[in-house]
Amino acid sequence: MEIVLFWVLAVAAVVFGFLVFRLNSMAQVTFALLASFLAVAGLVLLLGLGYLGAVIVLMMVIEMVVMAIFMIMYMMNPAGLMPMAMYHNKAGSMAISVGTFVVLAAGILLVDWPGRRGTPPPDPTVALGEALMGGQMLTMMTLGVVLFATIVATVVLATDRGRYDRLGDDLRARRADDPAGGGVGR
Amino acid sequence: MGELPWWSVLLLPVLLGAATWAVLAGDAVLRARAAGGPGGAALVAPAREVARLLAGQRRTTVAADRVLGGTGAALLPVAALLAAAVLPMGERPVADLSAGVVWFNAMEVLAWAAVWMVGWGSNSALGLVGGYRFVAQGLAYELPHMFAITTAALGAESLRLTAIVDAQRDLWFVVVMPVAFAVYLLSAAAMAFWGPFDAPVARDVAGGAAAELSGVDRLAFVGGRWLLLVVAAAMAVPLFLGGGAGPLLPAWGWAVVKTAAVLALLVWLRHRFPTVRMDRYVELAWVVLIPLTIVQALVVALIVLGGA
Repeated sequence: MEIVLFWVLAVAAVVFGFLVFRLNSMAQVTFALLASFLAVAGLVLLLGLGYLGAVIVLMMVIEMVVMAIFMIMYMMNPAGLMPMAMYHNKAGSMAISVGTFVVLAAGILLVDWPGRRGTPPPDPTVALGEALMGGQMLTMMTLGVVLFATIVATVVLATDRGRYDRLGDDLRARRADDPAGGGVGR
Repeated sequence: MGELPWWSVLLLPVLLGAATWAVLAGDAVLRARAAGGPGGAALVAPAREVARLLAGQRRTTVAADRVLGGTGAALLPVAALLAAAVLPMGERPVADLSAGVVWFNAMEVLAWAAVWMVGWGSNSALGLVGGYRFVAQGLAYELPHMFAITTAALGAESLRLTAIVDAQRDLWFVVVMPVAFAVYLLSAAAMAFWGPFDAPVARDVAGGAAAELSGVDRLAFVGGRWLLLVVAAAMAVPLFLGGGAGPLLPAWGWAVVKTAAVLALLVWLRHRFPTVRMDRYVELAWVVLIPLTIVQALVVALIVLGGA
């Protein structure tokens, strides 16, 4: 049963990954990539890592839906709605991607993997939590702050409106002049 | 505790379908009574609608993306059923996953993809507006929602739903974390684009994401939306309302009573309040609700640490 599931999910991951280059609609491509990721999440679940598998599903669905919107927004042709090819330099890109896949797959099959030492922890979720919030706490905190700073910096760089546009030259306007009203009435 | 036997997998859609049916009929009766007519005829209104949609022809639009549209419509009920797999019906769920809360969250978020795909699939401007509206609304409700369910898991020190129910033996979580419960109810309505959060399928865009749906596609989409609402409401019971705990009645009886109460609250919410635009709700969610839920989580964390 597990072996059948493994092969179904593995083949699905590869096929949907390949479809990303074959389909000609930006929306379909994004969701083909999502399907590929979901198959990988299924493989992680199959490994007995329930928490990681569920989190991959959660993150990938949100991420891919947001990405679909951005991809369509930034397409060269009108709104990305017309059929389009998903690659440039067809021969080169095909050679590189198939070549990478073959090299990695050959590596998996040919490397003399060491035998397993130790046993999996009784609850992998607890082990993961202890690793992240124990020994790797500093790494994770730094990563979190860096990511957050990146988001803030990107938004600041991307927007053409600053606080002077919102609150006037002396920052004394009683109500911010925003193009879209919010729900809190600032 | 443990899990229900394997055949409960088959029972789950039937039970959820029956619950959905009850809510639909109740809502239809209320609507008929409010309009001044007799409520009796509205009781069979869901049956008539299902028959009509099953027999109805599928309408297609020019250059429609049938693959994405069809997948999206089918995905919504499937996501609701998968989310319900960890729902304790009485005492035991179909699958008692160790990361049950995260599983529920991951399955319920599939609605993002489903609604956007349906909105995109029909190649209609109104449908697309509806799809985009739901994603914007998702950005508003999802983070407060995650903090709310995390708070329940934090209070029980477990992501397993049966453990969360067990932790409420003495005191229901709704007493300890009222803010998280209120936020959960709001996001339950928002994730099923229900009540004041129905902008993605609102009348001002002629039905939004569902504008061009017809026949079986519409049945799957609308039915899936109702299923999602019922599952989200039912999940409030193990998370905040003590699960099947209560005197006299068996566990499943209390679960049904409490779920019905939560659903009644959501129905009332829809009939009482006008549609909230998602741009307004985004700011409210990020400026007010997220800080509130974080403070709530902090308070619960302190209580847990103090008790340990």
